[in-house]
Amino acid sequence: MRRQRAIDVLVIGGGPAGLAAAGRLARVGAGTVEVLEREGRAGGVPRHCHHRGFGRWGVTGPQYADRLVEAALGAGVAVRTGVSATGWAGALVVDTTGPHGLERITARAVVLATGARERPRAARLVPGTRPAGVYTTGELQQAVHLHHQRIGTRAVVVGAEPVSYAALAALRRAGVEVAALVTEETRPQVGRARAASARLGRRVPLLTGTTIVELLGRGRLSGVRLRHADGRPGAIACDTVVFTGDFVPEQELARRGRVPLDSGTRGPAVDGAFRTAARGVFAVGNVLHAVEPARAAAREGAAAAVAVRRHLEGADWPASAGLPVEAVAPLRWVAPNRLVPGEPPVPGARFLLRTAETLVRPVLLVTQGGRCLHRARVPRRVLANGSLHLSGAWVGLVDAAGGAVRIGLG
Amino acid sequence: MTLTSKGPLPSEPYDVTVVGAGVVGSAIARELAAHHRLRVALVEASGDVGDGTSKANTAILHTGFDAVPGSLEARLVREGQRLLAAYAADSGIPVEPVGALLVAWDDEQLAALPGLLDKARGNAYTAARIIDADEVWAREPHLGPGALGALDVPGESIICPWTTTLAYATQAVRGGVHLHLNCRVKKGNWVEYPAGGCRELATSRGVLRTRYLINAAGLHTDDLDQQLLGEGKFAVTPRRGQLIVFDKLARDLVRHILLPVPTALGKGVLVAPTVYGNVLLGPTAEELDDKTGTGTTADGLDTLRAKGRRILPALLDEEVTTVYAGLRAATEHDDYQIHASPDERWITVGGIRSTGLTASMAIAAYVVDLLADAAGPELDLTHAGDLDPVRMPNLGEAFPRPYQRADLIATDPAYGTIVCHCERVTRGEIRDALISTVPPGSLDGLRRRTRARGGRCQGFYCGAAVRELFDGWGESGAAR
Ligand SMILES: Cc1cc2nc3c(=O)[nH]c(=O)nc-3n(C[C@H](O)[C@H](O)[C@H](O)COP(=O)(O)OP(=O)(O)OC[C@H]3O[C@@H](n4cnc5c(N)ncnc54)[C@H](O)[C@@H]3O)c2cc1C
Ligand SMILES: Cc1cc2nc3c(=O)[nH]c(=O)nc-3n(C[C@H](O)[C@H](O)[C@H](O)COP(=O)(O)OP(=O)(O)OC[C@H]3O[C@@H](n4cnc5c(N)ncnc54)[C@H](O)[C@@H]3O)c2cc1C
Repeated sequence: MRRQRAIDVLVIGGGPAGLAAAGRLARVGAGTVEVLEREGRAGGVPRHCHHRGFGRWGVTGPQYADRLVEAALGAGVAVRTGVSATGWAGALVVDTTGPHGLERITARAVVLATGARERPRAARLVPGTRPAGVYTTGELQQAVHLHHQRIGTRAVVVGAEPVSYAALAALRRAGVEVAALVTEETRPQVGRARAASARLGRRVPLLTGTTIVELLGRGRLSGVRLRHADGRPGAIACDTVVFTGDFVPEQELARRGRVPLDSGTRGPAVDGAFRTAARGVFAVGNVLHAVEPARAAAREGAAAAVAVRRHLEGADWPASAGLPVEAVAPLRWVAPNRLVPGEPPVPGARFLLRTAETLVRPVLLVTQGGRCLHRARVPRRVLANGSLHLSGAWVGLVDAAGGAVRIGLG
Repeated sequence: MTLTSKGPLPSEPYDVTVVGAGVVGSAIARELAAHHRLRVALVEASGDVGDGTSKANTAILHTGFDAVPGSLEARLVREGQRLLAAYAADSGIPVEPVGALLVAWDDEQLAALPGLLDKARGNAYTAARIIDADEVWAREPHLGPGALGALDVPGESIICPWTTTLAYATQAVRGGVHLHLNCRVKKGNWVEYPAGGCRELATSRGVLRTRYLINAAGLHTDDLDQQLLGEGKFAVTPRRGQLIVFDKLARDLVRHILLPVPTALGKGVLVAPTVYGNVLLGPTAEELDDKTGTGTTADGLDTLRAKGRRILPALLDEEVTTVYAGLRAATEHDDYQIHASPDERWITVGGIRSTGLTASMAIAAYVVDLLADAAGPELDLTHAGDLDPVRMPNLGEAFPRPYQRADLIATDPAYGTIVCHCERVTRGEIRDALISTVPPGSLDGLRRRTRARGGRCQGFYCGAAVRELFDGWGESGAAR
């Protein structure tokens, strides 16, 4: 019933990470490389981000997506759209569904590049009724830019991070008045200029330290109830609310394949060569760390290609899962979150950390069993939920028998 | 086939009008459809069938092991379970006979198990038995610490409540019943017609004429009795149940329906798999005075999470797919309130609290018997004909779904085009639902027919695309 095929590399997910990985693999002659993309068009999230600022030239999201697709096709990658990877039939055997039927594809390496999404209202346990008019940015952007649908008249945006301002832009494009941006944080998580332009230029108030405690309305949303930091209640009348940010990796396929996850990122646990604990299975892009800019995901894809190629050429797969790399509060998580002693991250890869609090010129401290392996100052201010990067120069100092490596603040 | 959702109603009187297209009213309409000579209407205030309590319950096909022995409810649940299990198998309503464990977490609860076992026997349910802690662990390895034993009730099943109501309504409409949506019955008076009395009802869509009326208005049964008969034998007090639906990746954590030992307020908080492959935690039991209070609350969700953590600790680490609340139509009595008022040509079907899904077919048969008695020769209800069987689209994970079927995709590639990725709903299924006998009136209705947009992303990926399809086919839906 299922058509069976064998190829060299199967990349699941045709976003920036998957396309970049596949393109580079094909370019360096890694054999038959195929990308599966379940949407009708490849390109991932940038397909529906119509603002500029993507890639090296700052093009719009769809332009950026098109360039990535062209580059991959030009390198000889088979990009198959409208095809979903639905599960595993073996360690490196993937089942798919598409309009042409069912397939079972066996590959020598599988690269998971399934991306990330925003947590919707229910997953955030926001109480109230279940009216229409409740969006995530992803749905809103597609509704506005891809389908030109009517959205509503007056909206509240939940969040004040970059993606929230992207939602604001999509709402304005759809002719929706934005009543307020609402965030539980004490300040917006974007640069001052961007925040000021929305607040002053567009006259959209920003309510900090504020929680949405209830959605109101039957059939259609009629408003939201709020609680301010000092406990004061409030309410805003609106027919649309957009829940932005609060990203989670799209990790279903990883879990169905029993690929172990990292408890911090909730994506697959990987080492510095993007290897998961499942032999031959790599993971790359936002499924590892929700989320980083598209360009970072693409850069990572290209870096991972090197590791995939080594594997195809017969390099050993680490016998054990390696040592855990853990983030210490207020750092939330780190990716990669495993390491093989003596093996630095592949060229182009580095450790990425996410902070729960705003940090001013923090010092990162890498320790193992109380022994300091590395110190590095980050010469800038990092906002809450912002990212920090750390090179892997210190990995040679790790003791294979020394237990978990911790990264915290000095 | 007649299904209307706007405009005036036909002026010719109906023989029987069923008010309320929940699972109960739809089952009654289906039962009446077998009497081909009758003119039957099913009228519903909402824009869809099954849009009240029937869409928001715990979706268990009960054995009735814990009903009050000797009650009408006990009898109808027992009969209804048998009837619906057979009907589900024939019509493609997903059912999974996973069985239930009624888990005792302290000595008092453990001591209550033998009494429950006796009660089950009193309800003619003989397959239950008490199992010890070791067997509980062996059968539910992810259970939280502290379980002392359980009552094993192998006959309890999970079922798709949405398909059930829809199957009844579909079969009723195909069998000649007129379904009128967006039609709220408000008040009425008697008009004399040559062939006996005829009630003239004011509805939100104008006048409706009927000789007999079956009040299956769920939470509003008492209001309708009050408004139209000027009297009521009971008052409905909504008892809210809030529920949390966990992600499909949690499904492996639980094998049975995990019931608590019941309390005076109800069956208590359970953890159960769903036929869609999720895990359900709930419901709460809160007495309200608002019959529209189907919102969730922070307190309710906190309570559920605390209870869930005890029952199945690992569940709380999984993502939440959705939360919802339903209202049980509780009354001051602890049995169903089904009464015939022959003089008024009226039957009240109320107080169908927390077992109405299971009992629906048996309630329908019972009500049609009451109607036959009340109407006598005026309505000939002695011989029921056959209804064309229905085959509903499968929403259950335990049976092959279109995206897994090479044969279906080969005949129509739309079944290979997945639109809703989390729930793996194809374009073909969405199209079929939109042009079906009882098409959805809203995106929520489409979700209940296909699962589209009902998954972990709640529309992040597919929301706009699903709406596009809905709007595109809306024309043919609206043409009804
Ligand atoms: C709402 C939103 C707005 C953003 N705005 C910006 C921005 O303005 N600028 C910026 O630089 N970055 C932005 N980002 C981040 C940026 O889009 C991502 O960093 C980038 O797209 C990540 O690339 P990726 O390849 O890891 O994942 P994605 O782009 O998410 O691509 C993953 C792809 O995998 C596919 N897929 C998943 N599962 C399967 C399966 N089982 N079978 C087949 N295919 C599958 C998906 O359909 C998707 O196309 C935004 C992200 C979001 C969510
Ligand atoms: C939390 C919860 C859990 C439950 N779990 C289970 C379970 O596991 N198993 C089980 O068997 N049962 C369960 N139940 C019970 C079951 O859901 C109900 O018994 C059943 O749905 C009742 O169906 P109904 O048709 O009587 O009511 P409803 O579904 O409420 O239908 C009544 C309909 O009448 C319409 N209506 C009202 N007034 C008017 C009017 N004036 N004019 C026109 N139309 C009107 C309404 O719009 C509504 O659609 C549960 C209930 C709840 C709340």
